[in-house]
Amino acid sequence: MTAKQRKVLIRIIICAIALAVLFFIPFGESTVGQIIKFVLYLAVYLLIGYDILKKAFKGIRNRQVFDENFLMAIATIGAFALAIYSKSGDYVEAIAVMLFYQIGELFQSYAVGRSRRSISELMDIRPDEAFIEQDGELVSVDPDDVPTGSVIVVRVGDKIPIDGRIISGSTTLNTCALTGESMPREAGPGDEVISGCINLTSLVKIETTKEFGESTVSKILELVENSSSNKSRSENFISRFARIYTPVVCIVALVLAIIPPIVNGLILHAGYNFDTWIYRALTFLVISCPCALVISIPLTFFAGIGGASRAGVLVKGSNYLEALSKVDSIVMDKTGTLTKGSFTVTKIESPVMDRNEFLRLAAISEWTSTHPIAICLREAYAEAVGQNTAGSSGTSPDNADTLQGADDITEIGGFGVMARAEGKEILLGNKKLMEKYAIPYTEAETAGSQIHMAVDGNYAGYAIVEDVLKDTSALAVNELRKLRINDITILTGDSDRAADIIAKELGISDVHSQLLPEDKVRKVEELIEKDDHGTLAFVGDGINDAPVLSRADVGIAMGALGSDAAIEAADIVLMDDDPLGICRAIRISRKCMRIVYENIWFALGVKLICLILGAVGIANMWLAIFADVGVMIIAVLNAIRAYRGKYER
Amino acid sequence: MKKSYKIDVDCAVCADKMEQAAKKTAGVKDAVVNFMALKMNVEFEDGADAGNVMQEVLKNCKKVEDDCEIYL
Repeated sequence: MTAKQRKVLIRIIICAIALAVLFFIPFGESTVGQIIKFVLYLAVYLLIGYDILKKAFKGIRNRQVFDENFLMAIATIGAFALAIYSKSGDYVEAIAVMLFYQIGELFQSYAVGRSRRSISELMDIRPDEAFIEQDGELVSVDPDDVPTGSVIVVRVGDKIPIDGRIISGSTTLNTCALTGESMPREAGPGDEVISGCINLTSLVKIETTKEFGESTVSKILELVENSSSNKSRSENFISRFARIYTPVVCIVALVLAIIPPIVNGLILHAGYNFDTWIYRALTFLVISCPCALVISIPLTFFAGIGGASRAGVLVKGSNYLEALSKVDSIVMDKTGTLTKGSFTVTKIESPVMDRNEFLRLAAISEWTSTHPIAICLREAYAEAVGQNTAGSSGTSPDNADTLQGADDITEIGGFGVMARAEGKEILLGNKKLMEKYAIPYTEAETAGSQIHMAVDGNYAGYAIVEDVLKDTSALAVNELRKLRINDITILTGDSDRAADIIAKELGISDVHSQLLPEDKVRKVEELIEKDDHGTLAFVGDGINDAPVLSRADVGIAMGALGSDAAIEAADIVLMDDDPLGICRAIRISRKCMRIVYENIWFALGVKLICLILGAVGIANMWLAIFADVGVMIIAVLNAIRAYRGKYER
Repeated sequence: MKKSYKIDVDCAVCADKMEQAAKKTAGVKDAVVNFMALKMNVEFEDGADAGNVMQEVLKNCKKVEDDCEIYL
């Protein structure tokens, strides 16, 4: 609680106690007793309401008449005046209105402060310092001052301040603050690491590959900090509504105070009863404060965006959260989004040797190549023998103990490689290579690439290398259908055959393949222009999808850590590359919007009922203030719900 | 030119008032106040001097909401 809030709280407590005490003091019927009573109650009233009165006065001076402070001031002063005029001596009502109003304001500012704090804690990934080694000692420097290519030291428990590559040490990293993924990640020499991860197990040295300002952590913070500048339609509606609502209710209150008594008195000759109608009008003023709505809607979006980032979904503005909740068709990129985007050996067929031997020969022949297929073959062998020979693409093979690269490797561009190893001549490549050396080969039916091998001029079989579906892709498509998103389309630059096989596996019938990036944009535009469609989201891994991401109603970039173009072009960024993240994001957005609508209807409904009850004289000022503060408290508590909730991963 | 300023204000209605006041200030093309993040993003007219304009914005905001602050 801030000092300001604590002061208000103390005033509220003192005032409540004073009211209770005054209630039991017998002032008697004498004029002196009544005057003492008035003075004491006035003192309590001023204690609880002086700041409101002051603000109201300043508001009038600055011509801000329909200010909630002004309304409260008029309503309570009016109630005080009525109590004197009618000689009822019931001053409690005016004080209670002020008291509850203050309680409501205090609660609101406390709740807002709390959620501000919990969300900024959540995004507490900003590293304060970087350590560099100087003359054998660790020196702390500002991350901003570290040039690209420097070597920084990250101790256990510290955040990695700048993106880079590990040059020595192996460790476990906690990426939770970035991806929401609680499972720690292993990283060793040669691995790219991103800033914002926490180093868990041992000291590592990192060669930076970016400046601090360009690092992942800076990009994310920039995104999050600017996120709620794009206001949603609901928010704009509410602030416009509030601007109209208050003056309208005030005018109605004025009408209520004047017209009915005149009609009663002049036309019906039933007595003016001004005090009854003025009281009803004052009740109106108490209800006219739109606080509950005005605070709860942005608070809901704020909490929703915060909750989303906790689940690894970055949303660039509440308008996008709103749009996402309405998405009814999704267009997905294939490579890297639904599929792993890298090759996997899915089949080996050899008439002369076993799987491991095939992979071993393939690995040593492809030892030096950086072609994705070569890397995949080396990895497949490493996996097969459970040994780390794969390394990363360019690294020298010095971490392989038993395996030696072939002595003489010749790359034949567009065909494959020819290698000499262990006294054998190995040919490894596509069918053109086989044809070139007149070696008969077997052709397989596949969506991927077929890699043939020949040893000493004899055909030794083939391996099939494919880009396979991610483990969760099928599940994600099912989940999307469950979320009533039936319009799922795949766009890909890949071949018809590869696209069809993937689409069939996922049960998706809308597939458009062999598209250039500009074709994708055109296709998405076509889909957007179709009449029956509502809101369209495009999901891509961001590498060359930037134009499509910005063209779609909602652009979702996936696994965008490190891809600046995607972070910039997308409206929503999924931190990891799990397609289930799309479903998670949609669920979060829908929950948030449900709360927004609940709050709008609930607050408006209660206000309207109270206005009607107040106009016919059933609701008194007590009910009005309870309704006002109660609605606000319930709406705020409901809003905070948007932050909580489990989103299973 | 766009700039972002930290602000301090107590209630959402007041934040909205600040936004309206800032928008009406000469030299300001558009302004968005984000109550939850306590930020004001101001887009200035071409050729406007941000420092001077912001002084005016602050003055106008103070007029509509006494209890507010913009950290310039």
